[in-house]
Amino acid sequence: MFGLKQKDATLFLVVVAITALAPFLLNPFPENSELAQFNAGYPDLMQRFMIFGIFAIGFNILFGLTGYLSFGHAAFLGVGSYAGVWMLKLLSMNIIPAIIVSVVVAGVFSLIVGYISLRRSGIYFSILTLAFAQMSFALAYSVLTPITGGETGLQLALDDPRIFGVAQTADGSIPLTNFFGLEMRDGIEIAAGPWLFTLNVGYYLSAIVMLASFYVAIRIFRSPFGMMLKAVKSNQQRMNYTGINPKPYTLAAFVISGMYAGLAGGLMVAMDPLAGAERMQWTASGEVVLMTILGGAGTLVGPLLGAGVIKYFENIFSKINDNILYEWFSFMPGGLQDFFVTIIYPFIGKGWHLTLGIMFMLVVIFLPGGIVEGGKRLGRLFSRKKAEGGGSDATPAASPAE
Amino acid sequence: MDAIILQILNGLDKGSAYALIALGLTLIFGTLGVVNFAHGALFMLGAFCAVTLSRLLQTASVTIDPERTDFLGNPLKVETPYVIEWFGPEVGSLILDWSVPLAILFAIPIMGLIGLAMERGLIKHFYKRPHADQILVTFGLAIVLQEIVKYFYGANPIPTPAPDALVGSLDFGVLVGFDAGTVIYPYWRLIYFVFAAVVIGVVFAFLQFTTFGMVVRAGMADRETVGLLGINIDRRFTLMFAFAAIVAGLAGVMYAPINSPNYHMGMDFLVLSFVVVVVGGMGSLPGAVAAGFLLGVLESFASMPQVVTLIPGINQIIIYLVAIIILLTRPRGLMGRKGVMEA
Repeated sequence: MFGLKQKDATLFLVVVAITALAPFLLNPFPENSELAQFNAGYPDLMQRFMIFGIFAIGFNILFGLTGYLSFGHAAFLGVGSYAGVWMLKLLSMNIIPAIIVSVVVAGVFSLIVGYISLRRSGIYFSILTLAFAQMSFALAYSVLTPITGGETGLQLALDDPRIFGVAQTADGSIPLTNFFGLEMRDGIEIAAGPWLFTLNVGYYLSAIVMLASFYVAIRIFRSPFGMMLKAVKSNQQRMNYTGINPKPYTLAAFVISGMYAGLAGGLMVAMDPLAGAERMQWTASGEVVLMTILGGAGTLVGPLLGAGVIKYFENIFSKINDNILYEWFSFMPGGLQDFFVTIIYPFIGKGWHLTLGIMFMLVVIFLPGGIVEGGKRLGRLFSRKKAEGGGSDATPAASPAE
Repeated sequence: MDAIILQILNGLDKGSAYALIALGLTLIFGTLGVVNFAHGALFMLGAFCAVTLSRLLQTASVTIDPERTDFLGNPLKVETPYVIEWFGPEVGSLILDWSVPLAILFAIPIMGLIGLAMERGLIKHFYKRPHADQILVTFGLAIVLQEIVKYFYGANPIPTPAPDALVGSLDFGVLVGFDAGTVIYPYWRLIYFVFAAVVIGVVFAFLQFTTFGMVVRAGMADRETVGLLGINIDRRFTLMFAFAAIVAGLAGVMYAPINSPNYHMGMDFLVLSFVVVVVGGMGSLPGAVAAGFLLGVLESFASMPQVVTLIPGINQIIIYLVAIIILLTRPRGLMGRKGVMEA
């Protein structure tokens, strides 16, 4: 199906189904209920799931397949968003040219950076990419202010040319981003009893783009090109001996992942048309590394899962404050309640980074394959128990590592 | 001429911090072969040792003075720090004033213990794993450490002043024969530079002139052979990790008066120190020190107004630019040894 093997096609269809139903799945709690704050089904957050999913999928094509750890990928996302905003300023509020130009500009930029950085490997490569990203960040923040807007960031203005569109709407405000007239902010709200679901145009558009890039990623993983990239990771020297020059392959992987980052940046400005330099800072590059590792580097769905978990934590987990905790533990006697709240409090709310850091360390130490490997191990445990209970021979559940 | 001297001096204090952190990083890398992304966090912990000590010293006993009243007419509560109660007002306030230099003594055992705990508890298990894993786990550790500090000390920078006697500036120009007021340099930065030079000297002397240091150097050159000679090289390397943690911590303690410590100061320095290490040559101690000072001075030259008007923005990117050029032309860095990290 779709040129995919049975297993990949199933995986792809599952992801399609989940993204299509996400506005419902992520809103399991009725509006106005106490648990409604755990609902992640609002457009802004769901769009971010998709956008950072794309970013992490792209990063995974480089890191997961070739093993080259780039600490500067946020620069491509940042360059992509700047290019996107400029297209919205110059051409029209249609997002298609913005996204295309973002991808192209990020691709060209990553070609330059990759060509230079890939002359070294290992930690030197990480430092080189880091140096390039920090340089772009510093320049965007200071000297390039006419292009990037400096500290305030690049925003749309009422006097932008927008040659194929209108500079401002009839009532004198900045027009909204749209896809051939379909505005990103549009949507349908469905009230089903106490539940409220929002089906948002922007979300579904980014979901379609995400699914397309996911599909491309699967094809890359299963292609001869993908095999070459895996060979780069496992033994570059042997590749050299067989007479294959690994560099064009790694450079291609680098540029592809840079273009994915640019696509994510373009989508980001399509949903919310502004771009700031802090998107390029190295902590932002660190975040995509966290996402990929947490979900499982080198696996297909891992980066998506990682991006989802981190963005969920960032937006939902961080909102829990101590009052809510006190409510949760209100069934306990006073002293015990205080005790539990004091223990848990540092890990939630504003301290969510601490939880994230600990989780990340645990994953790196005990579960190098990330969430995906965790799931596989659980599944194996489960099926082994079943097999033992049934008395039949154990099914070979162990699938080869991706 | 005076402007040039001023820029060199300005570069030296930042360069000292780079050199100290890079020295520790290189020690860890050279001995244990571990790429430690948490080293910036150790620097930050050192600075917070200074903060903690000055807070501890300020713990006060509250007594009610019935003879004086506050503006509401209630008896005035007088806070007397215990140090003043114990040592008398003169010595007590002197101790309070000199809390940052005193924190050096306080930081050495603490940073040593943290270093030991880190190596035995975590890093030990990562010797056999790829460098990427080491980077990732220490990166995670750095996040955890800085979040813990943020939880206890808050997100705002905490001013930690230097002793009053050392607050002023030195008119350096007069000493070397320029007009008064041309080259003015704060005392504390000068002290920082001297302190860094002393620490670096101690580290090198320790490695060069003690038996322990000789064994460690031998282990850096050929770990297996040293092990075969019946020397427990692992234990010595563990101690070197603690040693490197102390060096980073001391760099942080003394840096506290220059920049008020905040929880992410380590990350800011980490990126630059890595660049310094790579420029100096992975695994080369003199290279790390030289590159630290060199980049510090270069950075301050690049921020001269004349240079900035000539090439706008150069002050922001000079270090990275130099790093890129050096990595591409001299892949082993300025003084890198052959065979280190050449995967």
